[in-house]
Amino acid sequence: MGRRILVTGADTFWGGRMIQALEADPSMDVILGMGAREPSVPFERAEFVRADQNYSILNRIVKATQVDTILHTFMITNSATVPNRAMHEINVIGTMNLLAAAGAAGSSVRHVVVKSSTLVYGSSAADPSTFHEDTPRAGPARNGIERALIEAESLVRDFSEDNPATLVTVLRFANVLGTHLSTPISRNLSRPVCPSIFGFDPLLQFVEEDDVVRALLHVTRGSIPGLYNVAGDGRLPWSEVAGICGSRLVPLSPFSPLKIRPLARLFDLPTELEDLLRYGRGVDTRRLAATGFDYRATSAGAVQSFIRALRLRRVAGNSPSSYRYEYDVEQFFRHSPAVTGVSET
Amino acid sequence: MANGRSVGTEKKRSTDIVPIRIPPEVPDQSEDPRRSDVDEWGRSERTRALVRALYEPLYSKWFRAEWEGLDKIPSEGGALLVANHAGAIPSDAPVIMHGIEKELQRPVYGMADYFFRTVPVVGTLWARAGGVSARPANAYRLLKEQNQLALVFPEGTKGPSKSFTDRYQLRRFGRGGFVEIAMRAGVPVIPIAVIGSEEAMPVLFRLPSVAKALGLPYFPVTANLLAMGPIGMVMPFPAKFRLRVLDPIHFNVPPDQDRYSKSRVMEEAEHIRTQLQESVYDMLRDRRSVWFG
Repeated sequence: MGRRILVTGADTFWGGRMIQALEADPSMDVILGMGAREPSVPFERAEFVRADQNYSILNRIVKATQVDTILHTFMITNSATVPNRAMHEINVIGTMNLLAAAGAAGSSVRHVVVKSSTLVYGSSAADPSTFHEDTPRAGPARNGIERALIEAESLVRDFSEDNPATLVTVLRFANVLGTHLSTPISRNLSRPVCPSIFGFDPLLQFVEEDDVVRALLHVTRGSIPGLYNVAGDGRLPWSEVAGICGSRLVPLSPFSPLKIRPLARLFDLPTELEDLLRYGRGVDTRRLAATGFDYRATSAGAVQSFIRALRLRRVAGNSPSSYRYEYDVEQFFRHSPAVTGVSET
Repeated sequence: MANGRSVGTEKKRSTDIVPIRIPPEVPDQSEDPRRSDVDEWGRSERTRALVRALYEPLYSKWFRAEWEGLDKIPSEGGALLVANHAGAIPSDAPVIMHGIEKELQRPVYGMADYFFRTVPVVGTLWARAGGVSARPANAYRLLKEQNQLALVFPEGTKGPSKSFTDRYQLRRFGRGGFVEIAMRAGVPVIPIAVIGSEEAMPVLFRLPSVAKALGLPYFPVTANLLAMGPIGMVMPFPAKFRLRVLDPIHFNVPPDQDRYSKSRVMEEAEHIRTQLQESVYDMLRDRRSVWFG
């Protein structure tokens, strides 16, 4: 029997990537993409349904479509994208409503996969060199995004305890680098100068973009429950990453972070990066590897894949996205009796 | 069937347009992007070789370090080295790390308070040279998973901050955390008694208000500072260093337990402290001169 899957954040980078990857899997019978805005990448057979960020109609969707799997990719892990309040709405209230719908009486949902981030471990001087999945963080969260992610994860934990029959998977991804994704780190690295904090050269761990998609697919297809760190092997000092990308480091004053705020705005340096650029973060990845997942890229490989894409972008420019979501067109291809079902490609 | 059709379409296409095969997007393994040799602990072998070369004259000419019982340190497998700690900037740590690496060709991971990491430049250099912050998880990973030698000073910052009159009195050994980690990792504890560090940079008195203002654990006024001026901030006196390795202590408890008997842990910690204290007194009995040994 095929799977019926619902993907949140279909309008975002990760939602789009996941839906495209799931479409290639014939065992996925029904793929539903949910998003607040129109998708930015073309879907072949997935259905798109518009929902506000609080998923107020999710309950109805789950009942009507009888989905068995929810892939929750819509977690903000970068505070530069949305204001703090909206981020809290999305990460905490959104996750809460999503879990409420998944846990409603008579719910068809059997597996919930949540995309989280290693931001939940924080970054401080008191950290161990390597975080295992059950290592507690060294101190309380110092910024909104970490607080929101921790709260969202605790909601997921509660859900998992209350619904023992439903499989729950949480993947904590390290900082992502790759061909397409744009994050504060990747934007800084693609400029001629990027910020560092004077006297600090933290060790960072990266995960390659495609490994993020592959890891989410791996746990979804295999119905693997649990809490896992996802990051490439090895760590690189920030100075080395910048060196590989041909970006010169501009040391900011290590004292009184308040003073570097104006500079932070200039540099695209969200608060969660300030600590990371001091103390870095390392995670243990053996638990996911033990479930049979093999990484394509190490941390250095992720940097490598990013720099190769960057080299191309530098000489060839950005390839413009030609796709625009048109409701009528999408409906025609999916539901018109004239469409034969033979793929155009 | 499906296979045949796909070959057909490929052939047809190749007559239609100029055949360009787009290579599949696979990570390029041929080019290693790494430029430095910094490992997961933040150590760099190149930096360490440089630091060793710079420290060697200080170790053998200035401090003239002499070891006793070096053969008690195993040539492989994890072990937790435990030593007494003194001097405003304690030279015992680099002397032990350098000495064991020189004599036994085994790196020693010196574990220091994580306060070090918050100090710009110093924290980074300390990590590159082989220092690790003293967290239980780090010690466990080094000892159990990587079979390394880790060096801890259970006195912590209470050691270096003790004043000159108390210089040979060992302070309380924390809460015995080091014993618990050794038990959990299933490795022996090897005590090392050091003398010389006390005189290399004696603390005359401390300025708690300055320490508080600067956010430091202690702010010592040292004899070096008075004798040598600003350079005395970092320059130790040429005291003769003597180090004695005591017998390894095996605990004979199963590793990886959630909890260990607190009374047993405290008892072992106190026992190790007493042994070190007695060895220090014993070595002082044989010492004729602070400077010549």
